[in-house]
Amino acid sequence: MRIKDKKEGLKVFGIFALPGLFVFVAVVIIPFLYGLYLTFTDWNGISSATNLIGFNNYVNVFKDAEFWKSLLLTLKYVVCSVVLVNVVAFFLAYVLTSKLKGVGFFRTGFFTPNLIGGVVLGFIWQFVFSRVLVNIGSTTGIGFLSKSFLADPTKAFWALVIVTVWQTSGYMMLIYIAGFTGISADVLEAASIDGATGFQKLKRITVPLMMPSFVICIFLTLSRSFMVYDLNLSLTGGEPYGTTVMAAMHVYNKAFTSRQYGVGQAEALILFLMVAIISGIQIYLGKRKEVEA
Amino acid sequence: MAANNIGGTKAKIKNIGTYVGLTLVFLLYMFPFIFILINSFKTKKEIIKTPLKLISDVGLNFDNFIKAYEKMDFTKAFTNSMFVTISSTVIVITLAAMTAYYFVRINNKIAKVFFALMVASMIIPFQAIMIPLVSIYGAKLGMLNSRVTLIFMHVGFSISMSVFIFHGFIKSNIPIALEEAAYIDGCTRTKTFFKIIFPLLKPTTATLVILNVLAFWNDFLLPSLVLTKEKLLTLPLSTYKFYGTYSADLGTIMAALVLTVAPVLVLYVFLQKYIISGVVSGAVKS
Repeated sequence: MRIKDKKEGLKVFGIFALPGLFVFVAVVIIPFLYGLYLTFTDWNGISSATNLIGFNNYVNVFKDAEFWKSLLLTLKYVVCSVVLVNVVAFFLAYVLTSKLKGVGFFRTGFFTPNLIGGVVLGFIWQFVFSRVLVNIGSTTGIGFLSKSFLADPTKAFWALVIVTVWQTSGYMMLIYIAGFTGISADVLEAASIDGATGFQKLKRITVPLMMPSFVICIFLTLSRSFMVYDLNLSLTGGEPYGTTVMAAMHVYNKAFTSRQYGVGQAEALILFLMVAIISGIQIYLGKRKEVEA
Repeated sequence: MAANNIGGTKAKIKNIGTYVGLTLVFLLYMFPFIFILINSFKTKKEIIKTPLKLISDVGLNFDNFIKAYEKMDFTKAFTNSMFVTISSTVIVITLAAMTAYYFVRINNKIAKVFFALMVASMIIPFQAIMIPLVSIYGAKLGMLNSRVTLIFMHVGFSISMSVFIFHGFIKSNIPIALEEAAYIDGCTRTKTFFKIIFPLLKPTTATLVILNVLAFWNDFLLPSLVLTKEKLLTLPLSTYKFYGTYSADLGTIMAALVLTVAPVLVLYVFLQKYIISGVVSGAVKS
């Protein structure tokens, strides 16, 4: 595109870039900046009078024991889901890239849960945990199934992890499959000729060459599970006794239920910074380990 | 030869083992859907007593579906979801392609700054923006409870990723000579873009349509903040509301869940190849 003069430059900008940028600025940039401002006010969602209160909200965040409890629970959940999702996904991808017939069918099946929203999946699993498994427990006499997982704080936490692994592993599996198929057969064959066993090949060649896939998958699972809300809401709803309230749900309740918008927004920003820093470190470390064949 | 045969049998046994293992895992992945489906044809009493039974003694019963369909106003919710998803997708694809094209071809300071802003904004989670968003568009502008507002926000939140992916594609795949020839031949800029450039973006457009449609169709948190009036609710919202009201009515709940999940799964059966390749290329690119 050659631009003749300033007037034409403006016209081209107006037609091509302005509409998209306008929506972007109106929906992302302005609310983000306004959110920073909100953390210094005592706005309660209704009143038109808003006062600047300095760092009070941040002080309140530090005093909000429930927030730190939910954050700790979220961290635990993130660690468990990131590890389990990636182990399961990698394993599925490994099996599905060996030369078997009909792998496409399995691949399609494992990905299915990703097509459904978290709220609906949560409801489906609520039925599974509180009716199906309990019924299996009482008919077979398997003790630990005979009471609903969702009625016990620890088991309800694991219920969230189980559903997350079930939902996300199919997605990550697709990325790992793409990684596996990207490794040239020559390298693996050369290793076989040199006498490497299957496990040696996996450890010394496949895993290092798949670093980019690991970086993507860990990043995606990390940022998704830090922000989990839909599933939390519909599967446990924070119950039993508010023991499974994750950080995102806590922020939501703080703002929209307790009407402490400033504190809620400050907590949301702290959460965002944590995710950004942790995934930044993760990407940096992962990239350093990348190798080329 | 003999050695080969032994190897062959061994490999065969190993293959069978792998298939058995895979099938078991596959059933494990499918079993929540299966249980919802088989129980949607039973009465509440049967569900509580025998949730594992494939078909109840009295046979299939469609009452749950009729009741769920009416009570959750399925037609309305489905149409709302369709309207919001299709409009948001069409708009975001068009605007993102045009913006990305501008960024690649003009590449001046404004373009560079905004492109960097968009890429950086991709890591901001929705929860970090939702509170000010509600405060601006609700308390200040009074624009909530409108599907247009929801579409506007959908576009705003997904445009960064779409611009980013289009940007990469245009930069490495669309030769500038092509559009210059058209421009010299008297085509206007807009016409050049829509007649020549946009059709060439097809593979990327397909990827982005799939990613955006899935995200918009299943979105819950944003719509739940924007839409509260019953007649505007999208499918996930009306399912949620329905579940809250009828949670004791297990049979109807099962049917409602089946109704919500079925359209997506039916579509998936037909488009699985495109959906899977779209998701993979989307994830790897961003």
